[in-house]
Amino acid sequence: MQIYLPIADLPVNIFLILAMGLAVGFISGMFGIGGGFLMTPLLIFIGISPAVSVATVSSHIAASSASGAISYWRKNAVDLHLAAMLLAGGIVGTALGVWLFTALRSADLLDLLIALSYVVLLGAVGGLMMVEAIRAIVRTYQGKPVVLRRPGSHTWIHGLPFKFRFKRSKIYVSAIPVWIIGLIIGFIGAVMGIGGAFLLVPMLIYFLRVPTATVIGTSTLLTLVTMGSATIMHATTNHLVDAMLALILMVGGVTGAQFGARAGLLMKPERLRLLLGLLVLSVGLRFAVDLLAQPSELFSIRVVDGGGA
Amino acid sequence: MKHPFVTLGLAAALAMTSGAAFAERLISSLSSHQVLVSSSFAGAELVLFGSVERDGATVPRRSGYNIVVTVIGPRQTLVTRRKDRVLGIWANAQSRAFVDAPSYLAVLSNKPLDEIASLGTQQRLDIGMDNVPLPLTPSMQPTDLVFRDALIRLKKERKLYIEEPNSVTFLTPNLFRASIRLPAEAPVGTYEIEVKLFADGANIARTSSALEVVKVGVEQFVATAARDYGFLYGLCTTLMALATGWFASIVFRRD
Repeated sequence: MQIYLPIADLPVNIFLILAMGLAVGFISGMFGIGGGFLMTPLLIFIGISPAVSVATVSSHIAASSASGAISYWRKNAVDLHLAAMLLAGGIVGTALGVWLFTALRSADLLDLLIALSYVVLLGAVGGLMMVEAIRAIVRTYQGKPVVLRRPGSHTWIHGLPFKFRFKRSKIYVSAIPVWIIGLIIGFIGAVMGIGGAFLLVPMLIYFLRVPTATVIGTSTLLTLVTMGSATIMHATTNHLVDAMLALILMVGGVTGAQFGARAGLLMKPERLRLLLGLLVLSVGLRFAVDLLAQPSELFSIRVVDGGGA
Repeated sequence: MKHPFVTLGLAAALAMTSGAAFAERLISSLSSHQVLVSSSFAGAELVLFGSVERDGATVPRRSGYNIVVTVIGPRQTLVTRRKDRVLGIWANAQSRAFVDAPSYLAVLSNKPLDEIASLGTQQRLDIGMDNVPLPLTPSMQPTDLVFRDALIRLKKERKLYIEEPNSVTFLTPNLFRASIRLPAEAPVGTYEIEVKLFADGANIARTSSALEVVKVGVEQFVATAARDYGFLYGLCTTLMALATGWFASIVFRRD
């Protein structure tokens, strides 16, 4: 069944979009991520312009993180204090990201930047994740215990001033790295159309030593608020959020996430991280191939003004 | 606008047939003047009917009648970009802007244009894909032709530029029909339709008409809301996201 998208201005098969939402939702539920880094490229792949894809996916991630945040909230796994502090940086980062997005779009550099940042960021993060997961798997085969948290191992980050005590997470750190992490995630999310959970969770664990009990819940809440505000900002400045597309994606996404979460429980955490790393890396490589290989069609058309809606 | 050409055509027709002659009149009618883009829109096909009116004094034409229908969609400024290898990656490098280029263009006729009129006549009357003005900025260089050709080729691939020398059918020697196909991607706006009647290689009559592509229902509501009330629209989309997430957490609640 074809449905005409009012903002993307093209007809799509409603079942294809729903299936994409389900599939990405399944993966996002399984790994506890938003899935934006998969959804945005998929939308671009079926012919929706990168700008509309990025803007619309932010609302899709908001929906899937909303259902996640609610269930973590019920389990008392959210550190509100930490989330609020991250958010202070996150909102500023999102605003900066939307501003850069708008500027690059008018300079016709947006598509290139999206592709480049996918290659660099996903390549690096995916690679690191895989290395880390393979090490963990090797350690378990050798019979050594898995070290999740090294208490007492302080880094220079813990020497920074302006310290706060985050009771729920049982950590005592400076607000400066918290703000910076929030800023980075908000900025990247708005430019690339990703929630950034796959970046945020490792950052919280490695830099701030946030315990596993609260890390996912807190990052999900942050993702919800940054992506919700990114949706509003993209809609206000660029008018590119396609509500119809977003609704279909959301319905598929939240449904798929429930089944994904159940599937995720059946797997060992390090295997899960290895799979996620592989997935992240292959999306990055896919963009790299597009940039490095000679395209079969060198020309493209861009509408600058007039006509259309 | 193009009255000098009409007079020219008439003059040519008169010159060929000595004595008092009455030119043909061209009448056309479109199956619909409005194309509604609803959520189920997947393109549209319109039918244009036309008739060549003669009276007793009209001279017979040796070659019979030929019809060329040109449909021009809303004008847009289009930029054609070409990817080149920059620092090892393929990125858009050179580009050319075409101001007021037709977003949609259909050239429909009952036989190949070259059999209907000479190249000179085609150029003079702006008919055919090659003669549609695609103004370049600043001034057209021979090297820019590559970009113009690419624009036409890409538009043709997306069925936004159509050249069909067999889509006009004569039902009787004087009655014809033409089908105008609009792809789903056709932008909203006013489409100008110009019908030209040819006989013996000369344009002897013309008539013009228009059709409108408009968004209706949900499509129109969403498009207008997004454009005019961006903040509220964004807020509503976010609330919709929250509601969907909340709803899912209730439906799938396990405890």
